[in-house]
Amino acid sequence: MDDQPKKGISRRRLLGGAALAAPAVAGLTALSRGGDTAVAETAATNGHGHAGHSEFPHASFAAGRRVDHARNGFNPTEILRDFDHGRSRRLASGRVLREWEIVAHDREIEVAPGVRYEAWTYNGRVPGPTLRAREGELLRIRFVNASEHPHTMHFHGIHPSPMDGMPGIGENRGGGQVEPGESFDYEFEAAPFGLHLYHCHVAPLAAHISRGLYGAFVIDPRRGRAEADELVMVMNGFDTNFDLSNEVYAVNTVGFHYVDEPIQVDRDSPVRIYLVNALEFDPLNSFHIHGNFFHYFPTGTALEPSEFTDTVVQGQAQRGILELKFPYDGDYMFHAHVSEFAELGWSGFFRVGDPSRLSAATAATMYCDLPWGKGSPA
Amino acid sequence: MEANARAERGYGGNLPAWALGLIPLALIAAAIAAFALLGGPGLGDRTGPPVEEVSVERTVLHPGEIELTLRNDGPDPVEVAQVAVNDAYAPFAAEGGREIGRLGSTTLRIDYPWIEGEAYEIFVLTSAGGTVEASIPVAAETPENDAGFFGLMALLGIYVGVIPVGLGMLWLPFLRRLGSSWVGALIAFTVGLLAFLAIDAGLEGLEIAAAAPAAFGGTGLVFVGGLAAYLVLAGIDSHLSRRSREARGGAAAAGYLALLVAIGIGLHNLGEGLAIGSAYASGALALGAFLVVGFAIHNTTEGLAIVAPLRDGARPTPARLLGLGLIAGAPAILGAWIGASAYDPSLAALLFGVGVGAIARVIVQIAPAMRDSDGRYLYPSSVAGILAGIAALYLTGLLVSV
Repeated sequence: MDDQPKKGISRRRLLGGAALAAPAVAGLTALSRGGDTAVAETAATNGHGHAGHSEFPHASFAAGRRVDHARNGFNPTEILRDFDHGRSRRLASGRVLREWEIVAHDREIEVAPGVRYEAWTYNGRVPGPTLRAREGELLRIRFVNASEHPHTMHFHGIHPSPMDGMPGIGENRGGGQVEPGESFDYEFEAAPFGLHLYHCHVAPLAAHISRGLYGAFVIDPRRGRAEADELVMVMNGFDTNFDLSNEVYAVNTVGFHYVDEPIQVDRDSPVRIYLVNALEFDPLNSFHIHGNFFHYFPTGTALEPSEFTDTVVQGQAQRGILELKFPYDGDYMFHAHVSEFAELGWSGFFRVGDPSRLSAATAATMYCDLPWGKGSPA
Repeated sequence: MEANARAERGYGGNLPAWALGLIPLALIAAAIAAFALLGGPGLGDRTGPPVEEVSVERTVLHPGEIELTLRNDGPDPVEVAQVAVNDAYAPFAAEGGREIGRLGSTTLRIDYPWIEGEAYEIFVLTSAGGTVEASIPVAAETPENDAGFFGLMALLGIYVGVIPVGLGMLWLPFLRRLGSSWVGALIAFTVGLLAFLAIDAGLEGLEIAAAAPAAFGGTGLVFVGGLAAYLVLAGIDSHLSRRSREARGGAAAAGYLALLVAIGIGLHNLGEGLAIGSAYASGALALGAFLVVGFAIHNTTEGLAIVAPLRDGARPTPARLLGLGLIAGAPAILGAWIGASAYDPSLAALLFGVGVGAIARVIVQIAPAMRDSDGRYLYPSSVAGILAGIAALYLTGLLVSV
């Protein structure tokens, strides 16, 4: 009661009793108004009344407005399957040299419809490009800092210290902290195989990472992985008001993007998800899928899965590979099972096959009246 | 000699006075227009990002919907982008448009299945990524402003304003039995009561003003209201007192003091009714017998303050007493109506200030009546009276602030 600055009437302190008396009345209110949605019915039987009728199938942004992907310069739907293999050539020694050029830019992006954010980016996008190599290759990443701030590229992997992208280490070789207008070539061997990430390591660290300087870094095993529909999902968030907590949560930057544009996949065919947690300020993030289970390979460094589950939790910078098939057509939600993140943007749908092909009976049981189902433009 | 004559007439030659008054105005207008047309020459571009200052003026709850009225209090336009209730984004419509110009306002209708009795924290995300926060400590449906509601508010005003004040005035016969040595102490008691009310209303006004848009004056409104009320009452007083002296001499002085006290308390009760009405409308107020009894006891002391000056002189007619009671108590009804239907923190702050100024003026007005035969204001029984007045309101105030 004390934190009610907007009304400021000291005498209402006496009325603390209102809070105690109200719940008893609430149930009656709800029943008498007869909410006709599935949500309201469930709530009423649980003894919690909704104060009336609402068109609230699930958390979402205001209707009638979308993020301008063209202006952002990237589209989360395209980021999913966009793997950057760079340029490669075979050296005299027989090894493959793989090269990229990554440029840091300051750039305003739209992270939710109408919400602009002054991001710091690798190659103009958040997350940065998904760099993909094969175990044992020699990698050379030319990093150009066109931002107004000093940055680095710090790769998770096995490499010598001057290549670590760590301010204070490697400056004698032109590395360490890369000042605006300068550049540096990171050179190391692709190891170990698995799913990694790279990010800026300039202090203050949380600020540099949360501004958007991170990306997925995939090292395939020497023999490769089985054929699959491969998707990259970088879980992230944006502290738009700089209060050290995130206002918008997402996968691949734009909140609720895959609610508006479900991820189309084929029924009965293998899907592989490269899942990276790049979230700042919150210690944990998670991934949960509806109506399905997946095999989980933590950090992707082993070829045998550690778990068959429908929910994984990742701390900051943790990542792993998910493999699954969808046995039924339909729309399947995926979201952080940290419900707060889910309702602040980190939710999406897989669209399996053609949902309109579903038989009426199947649809009735798995699609029609569920509150989440209403959110999908069928 | 010639030079002196020119100096006396001053600048402006033969121009008429109205033209001399108008010329500076015209020049100011021209300068402003030129400045605006040229885009503020010499000032350059603004430095720093736009400033977003938005205050939440009103929160209304309907079934399945939360309505927020926002006022842009800052120098730059603000665009509302998204709204989250208890950390979940929710669909909404902006009645006055998403973009709010300087001092403009908009009303957001947020689609959200709120539950009675729960608390809600809302954040409005602007296009620049800033957040405007609103909190609902205890959700309850906002009453509709229909006739029944106005009737209820009137009843509330009568309960907390008119009846208690009237009851307090019933001490008059008792006071009239008291010896004349009690006069100073009684007036001192009234002064103590009024001083407590002034402090209480002032603090409450400042608290409300802190949440009001700074662009409309903020806490300054309390002082402006107080000063204005003091000056207006002083003006009325000098006008009336001359007339009443001429008409009936000193005998009417007691009745006149009582009237002043009633007006001061009435203005105070206007603010009090406003507070109660808005608290009721926002669901923060549970109307219960306990509350009404508390207010009755608390405000009964106000009735005592009105009749204290009537200890001497002719016995006042019942009609006159009723009139005094209505002047002091009825504004609570008006306040409750305003508070419940058109609550605005800036207006509330101003009205609380008015109450403080009015009471201050009344204290100045009645204080001379507590002087003793030596002309002293502070002597043992007057000091005791003042302290007793403060203590009476403080103690009965505990009943309504548990």
